[in-house]
Amino acid sequence: MIEGITVYDVLAVSTIIFFIGIFGFVTRKNLISLLISTELMLNAVALNFVIFNKFLYPGQIQGYVFSLFLIAVAAAEVALAIAIIISLYRMDNSVDADDMDTLKG
Amino acid sequence: MGDFTYTIWIFILPIAAFLITGLFGSKMPAKVSGWIGTASITVALMLALRTAYQYFIQVGFVEGHRPTVFAYKEVWMNFTETLTFDMGILIDPISVMMLVVVTFISFMVHVYSIGYMKGDKGYYRFFAFLSLFSVSMLGLVVATNIFQMYFFWELVGVSSYLLIGFYYDKPSAVAAAKKAFIVTRFADLGFLIGILLLSYHAGTFDFMTLVSEDGPLLAQSAPPVFMGLSIFGVALSLIFIGGAGKSAMFPLHIWLPDAMEGPTPVSALIHAATMVVAGVYLVARLFPAYHGVDGGVVLNLVAWTGAISSLFAAIIAMTQDDIKRVLAFSTMSQIGYMMLSLGVSGMEGHHGLGYMASMFHLFTHAMFKALLFLGAGSVIHAVHSNLMSDMGGLHKHMKITSWTFLIACLAISGIPIFSGFFSKDEILVAAFEHNKVLWAIEYIVAGITAFYMFRIYFGIFWGKRREYHHTPHESPMVMAIPLMILAALTMVVGWAIPFGNYVMPDRMAYHGHIEWSLAIPSVAIGALGIFVAYIFYFKETSLPEKVSSAFGQSYGWAKDKFYFDEIYQFFAHKMMFAGVAAPIAWFDRHVVDGFMNGVGWMTETFSYLLEGWQSGKVRQYGFSFVAGLLVILFAVLYLNGFIDFKG
Amino acid sequence: MDILSLLVVIPVITVLVLFFINDNQMVRIISALGIGIETILTLFIAKGFMAERAAGNSSEFLFTRDTVWFESLNIHYFVGIDGIALAMLLLTAIVLLAGIFISWNIEDLTKEFYVSLIILGTGVFGFFISLDLFTMFLFYEVAVIPMYLLIGIWGTGPKEYAAMKLTLMLMGASAVLLVSILGIYYYSGMTFNMQEIAQMEMPIHAQRFFFPLAFVGFGVLGALFPFHTWSPDGHASAPTAVSMLHAGVLMKLGTYGAFRVAMYLMPQAANEYSTFFMGLAAIGVIYGAFGAIRQTDLKYINAYSSVSHLGLIFFGMMALNKTAYTGAVLQMISHGLMTAVFFALIGMLYGRTHTRDVRKMGGLLKILPFIAVVYVIIGMASLGLPGLSGFVAEMNIFVGAFQNPDFIHRVFSVLAVSAIVVTAVYILRVVGMMLMGPVKNEAFYKLPKAVWYERVGALLVLLPVIAIGLAPMWLTTLIQESLGHIVEHLAAYGH
Repeated sequence: MIEGITVYDVLAVSTIIFFIGIFGFVTRKNLISLLISTELMLNAVALNFVIFNKFLYPGQIQGYVFSLFLIAVAAAEVALAIAIIISLYRMDNSVDADDMDTLKG
Repeated sequence: MGDFTYTIWIFILPIAAFLITGLFGSKMPAKVSGWIGTASITVALMLALRTAYQYFIQVGFVEGHRPTVFAYKEVWMNFTETLTFDMGILIDPISVMMLVVVTFISFMVHVYSIGYMKGDKGYYRFFAFLSLFSVSMLGLVVATNIFQMYFFWELVGVSSYLLIGFYYDKPSAVAAAKKAFIVTRFADLGFLIGILLLSYHAGTFDFMTLVSEDGPLLAQSAPPVFMGLSIFGVALSLIFIGGAGKSAMFPLHIWLPDAMEGPTPVSALIHAATMVVAGVYLVARLFPAYHGVDGGVVLNLVAWTGAISSLFAAIIAMTQDDIKRVLAFSTMSQIGYMMLSLGVSGMEGHHGLGYMASMFHLFTHAMFKALLFLGAGSVIHAVHSNLMSDMGGLHKHMKITSWTFLIACLAISGIPIFSGFFSKDEILVAAFEHNKVLWAIEYIVAGITAFYMFRIYFGIFWGKRREYHHTPHESPMVMAIPLMILAALTMVVGWAIPFGNYVMPDRMAYHGHIEWSLAIPSVAIGALGIFVAYIFYFKETSLPEKVSSAFGQSYGWAKDKFYFDEIYQFFAHKMMFAGVAAPIAWFDRHVVDGFMNGVGWMTETFSYLLEGWQSGKVRQYGFSFVAGLLVILFAVLYLNGFIDFKG
Repeated sequence: MDILSLLVVIPVITVLVLFFINDNQMVRIISALGIGIETILTLFIAKGFMAERAAGNSSEFLFTRDTVWFESLNIHYFVGIDGIALAMLLLTAIVLLAGIFISWNIEDLTKEFYVSLIILGTGVFGFFISLDLFTMFLFYEVAVIPMYLLIGIWGTGPKEYAAMKLTLMLMGASAVLLVSILGIYYYSGMTFNMQEIAQMEMPIHAQRFFFPLAFVGFGVLGALFPFHTWSPDGHASAPTAVSMLHAGVLMKLGTYGAFRVAMYLMPQAANEYSTFFMGLAAIGVIYGAFGAIRQTDLKYINAYSSVSHLGLIFFGMMALNKTAYTGAVLQMISHGLMTAVFFALIGMLYGRTHTRDVRKMGGLLKILPFIAVVYVIIGMASLGLPGLSGFVAEMNIFVGAFQNPDFIHRVFSVLAVSAIVVTAVYILRVVGMMLMGPVKNEAFYKLPKAVWYERVGALLVLLPVIAIGLAPMWLTTLIQESLGHIVEHLAAYGH
């Protein structure tokens, strides 16, 4: 444990990362940027898991395990998302989110 | 009191015959099914006669009264612990008499039909239905309780339906069968509601309890609930409606003339001798109750219904051309006599004369009316037409039919020696002692009856000699023998059977005598009727046309049966079909179903409205998602007091 | 494995076996065999039930089995039967078996048809043996869902519309029902066990709220006026066997459920609402009968006739006494059998003449004697002819209804009784137009006579109609023994 760094400091970092992700998700148009923003949010959550485990339940490992799961899921997700983006690009020749409306009901 | 358990075989045999002929009749030679039916009813007749002998002669009087014997009485279904639906065989004077009448007439009709129905495609079907009818009618007459009677009452109704519609590819027969069933069903509605009222207010269906002195109906006087009638009076009136429907009493008579579409032996059995008198039998069965409840008000209704029906039918009968319809109206008229006779009767001793006369007339009428119908059937068989205008001068071709028909006509006209005289005379005596107006009506009807009966007799067997396609010939012996037997009985039963000794409302012996001061005038008016008919119809004259045109419009009304069919038609079609059923069908399609469809339409419309929100733009979704999240977050924080806008 | 659960297991096994068979004829035989075993088992249970009763076992439900299913919500798999449920099981077995025979000639997707049909049957069997509200609701849904497929795929006419309408209305009813079931669960101390709920008295305000929901929720399936409109369209489009099962058995789920859930669990509210629902039912009785008079399509006639006859069941229930209850249950069975035969016959006629319009037929008695004679007999049963089951049921209902001298009850009762005349009118109208009279179409002379599976199917259902009509005592006793509990409850409210 590094001296002088409290749980609040680390939580502040993860919150900042999370909101950067949200900001990006809402403002960016590029699908890749959206994907990156999503990854940022996910990583913020993973960070939270680790921090809470570290500071609140030092003897246990569930938080670490969960963050590992998150990383694995995120990797799978990225692979899937990239695949979708590429096939969308092949269809429309564009990666601009505003051009897509295949979700329209 | 003797063992009557063998009476069960009177029922089992026709049931067996019905099942065998009904299920396997198509696979055996036609003749066999006829013989099976006839054999079963022959044995049933033997047993019925044995029952009569045992009951009337061997058992006789117990302590001065004819006893009531239950040969069988089993619970068939229980409604509550105390209210049960029994099936059983009740042996008492009128049920034994009816057993004999039903089996005997049924036997005659079976034998006759072997000849009459020969060569008909539905030969086995005919005999199966006859067996079904016989067993239903027998079940009706021995009913121990009113619900058992209703049970068989409906069964005779359906047998009648099946037999009227026997020639089912003839539209008129189908219509007539339907009409008969629905009209009587409508009347039975009254019967059923009456029974249901009794089920609550009397707490029993049992005839013996209902009519007993200390039973629920007669022991206490119930308060009036409707037009001065107590609840029991209402129930009995409703039950009488059922009886009036079955017995073709005015104004529920409209089905009977049309019922003549059935084969003639059926008309003889069902629509003359047995089923149509079920209403009379019902009133007789409950007679002490009708007599005692509400001081006999309902019994007055019975009397007047009978009187009006008999006059009404007699007037119409004078104008009809179809001989079976004349006989149908004549039946209605004679049943009117029976009803009236019950209606004017009292309970004790000589006052019970009307009851006795009614049953006696039922008995004699069954014989001579069956004879008339079978004779008419014989004629129809010979000339292939129902219409009197197609007949004439048949006496020399059909001697047996002609003579037997004459005997029956004399009987119905009330000429002494013949059975009708004795029963009708006693009815007139009973009516005279009760109410002079009713007597006067029946007195006139007696004259009219003689007139129209001899009108058809002369019209068929004498009058103009017509040319026939092929010379009419006498019916085969299998048909002629029943005619002769019935004719012989018609001559004998009137004076040979001391009926008052057997059937009286108080169940005691009564020795009646002929009241000559009333009998002579009634014979005279009968003779007058015959004489008028002789002048009009014995030789062909133009007199009938002149007289009928003298009556002008009213003759036409009578010929069209006073338009009762049209009135009912109006009610049935215009009111029920167009006035009720059609609006309901419309209401169902457009209002009830329309409402349900409307709900579906609204849901669909609403979902189209929401469709615009589904733009398919991921970023919009993301924005809404985040915005919504934030709103919820702040809402939760605010509600939990973490944020305070007041500062 | 207890004997009642076998009733559910056997059809499921039959379905599983069917999955591995591709030959149509084999599919039919296996289905008939499976349901045949099921029928025999039902008879065996009936025999066992009566033997137990005769031996003096007077507990309310027999053959019970109670297994915890989902502990934290107190959901049990709880089965058991009383006389009423037993009667319904017998009805289901007979109609289902007859339905399998009647559908013998289906060549299109035979396996899928039989699978759906048997799944439907499974749901019905499960429903009748359930004593746990949750299990009951589950089986209810199992029974209702296949209906959509059966009508939508094998139906005729505007089948998609009809299937959708039927499913939506029934699902809507299910939603109402679910609310009611959860309400009952909540107010009876978190239990779905019906026997326990019936023992305790639910608070009256809860009964007042949830009784109409449960009654109407089941009433929709039972074609309670004015929620009956799915029924004519649904029946008209459904294939024969489905109409048979639907009108014969599935609609009885509605009436049985209304009795078992609404009346049995909430007698106090039943007492308070009785006049209202009795009036509704009486109107339904006469309304359905008049509705049938004007129709020309055989299936519509029978559907409206069902509205009338089912109205009589609700009417009998609302008369609130033992006699009328007995009549209501008898009417469920009687109507189930009668209407199953009706639809079977209509299917046979339609398969031959390719029309259901009575005006286009005529004189069929001469050409198709078996079908016509059975039609006449069932018609007579339907109009309450003594000696057939309809009479027995109706008379119990009417006598029961007349045991209340209250004026408004009398009016409703007379209204319901007068339907017997209207019934006679529409039955005889059809018989007269379709079976009697001259033959209207020369081509009809060549119509083939009834074949063996049609005869078997029709007779299977016809014979009980006659048997009940001639000897009703054993059945009424069976039913009356099971009514003790509810009658005791109602006695407390002055009935």
